[in-house]
Amino acid sequence: MKFAHKRATAVAAAAVAAALALSGCADTGSSGGGSSEGGGSDNLSITFLPKSLGNPYFDTSSKGGKAAVEELGGTFAEVGPAESGPDAQVSYINTATQQGVGSLVVSANDPKAICDALNEARDAGVKVVTFDSDTNADCRDLFVNQATADGIAKVQVDLIAEQIGDAGEIAIVSSTANATNQNTWIDKMKELLAADHPNIQLVDVVYGDDDEQISFDKTAAVLQSHPNLKGIVSPTTIGISAAARYLSTSDYKGKVALTGLGTPNQMREYIEDGTVTAFALWNPEDLGYLSAYAAAALINGDITGKEGDTFKAGKLGEYTVGADATVLLGDPYVFDKDNIDDFDF
Amino acid sequence: MTSSPPTTVIPVSGITKHIGALGKAREFGILIALVLVVIAATTMNPSFLFSTDGWRDLLLTPSILVLVAAGQAIVIITRNVDLSVGSVMGLSAYLTGRLFIDVPGLPIPVVVLLAVLFGAFLGLVNGSLVAFARVPAMVITLGTLYAYRGINVMWAGSTRVNASDMPKEFLAIGTGQFLTIPILAIVAFVILAAAAWYMRNTRGGREYYAIGSDPAAAELYGLKVTRRVLTAFTLSGALAGLAGVFYVARYGTVSSQAGAGWELDAVGAAVIGGVAITGGIGTVWGAAIGAVLLMTINRALPILGIPDFWQRAVVGVLIIGAIVLDRWLAVRQRQRLIEARDES
Repeated sequence: MKFAHKRATAVAAAAVAAALALSGCADTGSSGGGSSEGGGSDNLSITFLPKSLGNPYFDTSSKGGKAAVEELGGTFAEVGPAESGPDAQVSYINTATQQGVGSLVVSANDPKAICDALNEARDAGVKVVTFDSDTNADCRDLFVNQATADGIAKVQVDLIAEQIGDAGEIAIVSSTANATNQNTWIDKMKELLAADHPNIQLVDVVYGDDDEQISFDKTAAVLQSHPNLKGIVSPTTIGISAAARYLSTSDYKGKVALTGLGTPNQMREYIEDGTVTAFALWNPEDLGYLSAYAAAALINGDITGKEGDTFKAGKLGEYTVGADATVLLGDPYVFDKDNIDDFDF
Repeated sequence: MTSSPPTTVIPVSGITKHIGALGKAREFGILIALVLVVIAATTMNPSFLFSTDGWRDLLLTPSILVLVAAGQAIVIITRNVDLSVGSVMGLSAYLTGRLFIDVPGLPIPVVVLLAVLFGAFLGLVNGSLVAFARVPAMVITLGTLYAYRGINVMWAGSTRVNASDMPKEFLAIGTGQFLTIPILAIVAFVILAAAAWYMRNTRGGREYYAIGSDPAAAELYGLKVTRRVLTAFTLSGALAGLAGVFYVARYGTVSSQAGAGWELDAVGAAVIGGVAITGGIGTVWGAAIGAVLLMTINRALPILGIPDFWQRAVVGVLIIGAIVLDRWLAVRQRQRLIEARDES
């Protein structure tokens, strides 16, 4: 009952907001499309809309966003649903449109469901930047991409090669056998290994199904079936923490290296006890920081989202807009003993 | 009928003996299968049994499923089924993690007790719905499987409890050993022994079998069917709750998906272990050995060089094999009973 009621209210709110937005749109329409073409405005109010609030990952990205907006002298706001659902963000987008914010920085819960709302916002002059999780390309001005498959594959191959002295047997603990991103990364890692690290043999790829217990047991099995194993790469956050947990309590601790993609909170214990020396992921704080600078550049009219546009992003330096109005954050970030305590996500 | 009393008596007692022997043979059979798997894996790779890690994992890995399967066996024996055990386990596991974060300084035994009581409560909800609403357990617990998991997802969202959030002493229990035997395995064995003794030797325990064999007759005979069904589900919930605590201690991390799919492993373990899905037949020991076999096969197959993708198929074949064997035994028993009746 409660849920239905809430839902009804949300729908009503969305309807009202949509009606307002539509009428607002009609008004600006008469004054000509010049405002959106010309770009340049000084409305540096930037609103972050993460997938959900209370998620440490997005708390970290918003922290970076806030720092950037403050550097720029704008006003920062963060809104978002308590839970991530496909259409949960729509009412927040509509509200921000009504408030006339300069830019919305969104991590999309669904690539399509929020498209109409975002396009209404853009018609009203709001610059839409997506980060972390993109929408369809036609409903945003710019996407700030955290990492590319090449970057992710390379950092993991580099880390494992360094940790095992560039020679020996390694295995991969992946998520599910049909996860597209995992398989892309694994293929790229194989290419890199074949090309640059001839002394490293990839002897096994096992699938932990993104389940702690299965990943844990698969790690145990892979260690047992390959007694000469020197290292494990797990390009999935659940896989790497389960593998680390197994390693940390086994005889192989310190003998078999482990690296991959993980979050600092998951891996803190195992970095501290020496099971893992370094792992990678992008830095959500930098991601938020860059997204805020990109939003400001759109508001100022420095960039329009065209390929080849360049803008400065404070301490991160200069960035160039790539194909499909995408900006790449850069190489993944390596976490180790020295920097892990700076992060809480 | 009265003309040939000896022929009436002899086959009946023969059949009873025979059925008893089969029951024993069934548990003995899976025990043999288990030993064969261990021997095969150890021959391929001696570290499966003889390394410290191998020996520990051999005993430790099945302990969690053993608890869940034992609870499941008790429920199935009463001719019900508890499909929500995976969700109960996940929710209790998450509660365990949350208690360490939200109530710092709470002694570990209190946390364990709270998680077990919470599991028991969830089981009681299942039991009440089944016993009072008179809806088949499969439907009710399928519902609570989703409902409990939904609560877990709502509560945990995309966050998780990490190893660094929990006291080191608690995590040490998950891998700790006493005379080389893992602590969790010892606890599981003690609980299992107590449950098995209760089910085999006490009047209360035998009533579960009576209810499962023929609920209507049990009711007519004056057995407290409702109370027994409630107790069975509560026990299953409590054991799943304890399994949740084990899960956290062993794996050191909990997300909203912990224990997803375990209900099928638990039912599978019970069935492989000779607990008839139609109730009234089987033992807690059988279910426990089934659980150990299931988990050990999972660990042994990669060592035997069987690819990842085939492992589930092997487990499936085992389950189907066990059910076919059950059916075959039931048909044979029926034929024998008919023969016995015709002869008399």
